[in-house]
Amino acid sequence: MAKPVEVSDSDWDTQVLQSDVPVLVDFWAPWCGPCRMVAPLVEELATEYEGKAKFFKLNTDDNIRTATRYGIRSIPTLIVFKGGELVDQVIGFRPKSDLKKSLEKAF
Amino acid sequence: MANRDYDVVIIGGGPAGLAAGLYAARGRHRTVLLEKGVIGGQISLTELVENYPGVPNVNGFDLAQTMLQQAESHGMETEYVDVTGIEKSGQRWVVRTGADDFTAKAVIITAGAEYNRLGVPGEEKLTGKGVSYCATCDAAFFKEMEVAVVGGGDAAMDEGLFTTRYASKVHILHRRDELRASRILQDRAFANPKMQFHWNTVVEEILGEELVTGVKLRDIVTGETSEMPVSAVFVFIGQHPNTGFLDGLVKMDAGTHILVDDWMRTKVPGIFAAGDVRQNSARQVASSVGDGVTAAIAADHYITDAFPD
Repeated sequence: MAKPVEVSDSDWDTQVLQSDVPVLVDFWAPWCGPCRMVAPLVEELATEYEGKAKFFKLNTDDNIRTATRYGIRSIPTLIVFKGGELVDQVIGFRPKSDLKKSLEKAF
Repeated sequence: MANRDYDVVIIGGGPAGLAAGLYAARGRHRTVLLEKGVIGGQISLTELVENYPGVPNVNGFDLAQTMLQQAESHGMETEYVDVTGIEKSGQRWVVRTGADDFTAKAVIITAGAEYNRLGVPGEEKLTGKGVSYCATCDAAFFKEMEVAVVGGGDAAMDEGLFTTRYASKVHILHRRDELRASRILQDRAFANPKMQFHWNTVVEEILGEELVTGVKLRDIVTGETSEMPVSAVFVFIGQHPNTGFLDGLVKMDAGTHILVDDWMRTKVPGIFAAGDVRQNSARQVASSVGDGVTAAIAADHYITDAFPD
């Protein structure tokens, strides 16, 4: 099973923006209950899309610069990137079908 | 779409539904709980539950997960679907969702309550971008910024005080000239130097394109309008029960809370309601759990009487 990889302010550009395949980033923090509901759904997507897309988690407490850069004001927020560009975002807990729909916009 | 048969279908996975599920499953009824969002409902957004007897301090999300595991260990199933309606089919009920239909001998409605929205321009567009209904979830994103809290009740004061941990100033915007919050919370709020009170004030619009940049206010006494620069608007102006999908099936009061008797029975045989969704709920985790248990026991009695094998 594929698992989302932790990404930080320092490797954001190389991991996310310069990725050659679509990327889904899960913005989360340890104190956020709904984030813990979203995490297993993101893991399931990571398995389904293994090899076709990359999946990252960004801890917003530790990586304020990136959270601020993307105007994160509520978590969980999931953002889909393609070729360094923001394609779509989902704010708050949503069913897996909604997350998949958002990710599909990058294909 | 499949038709799936159960003895008991429970609509809503907050404390009332989880408690009902535990009892129904332990009573050897084939039981499914239907949840459209997050297990735990409102408590899953609560940082700390301090008033659930026997559990001195617990994170709300963790408490809900424990309740879920306990109910599932006794055989309750869980499905993440949105219920769209309930219909009679012979002696059974059909619970319709966006996907499968679920049939039941008894239905327990524990759909809970949802926060009220202001209903002003900018609110929907900027939700999650500075507009929030949960300070404990989102306040951390407004370190050293000025924010607004709308409301004058317990929730507004409680969440406003929490927000002062991060924000440089918290503007309380209240339509009346006095608070409705309990005395202890009022005392704490007035004593906090970061809290600033604006009386007789209503929000007319939330300003901003990508992120919240301010609010447009109106003084309801003088009629004067003004703008206030803030980075967030936290809204705590009460809540309403999630009963829209019932479409006249059961009797409700003027506030659309479901009317039930002491056993959580509606007037419709086989339909029960428990927790925040019913009239006169005490709106506590403990009282909702009690309601859910009562409803499950009443449903058990109903099934035994109405479906003798």
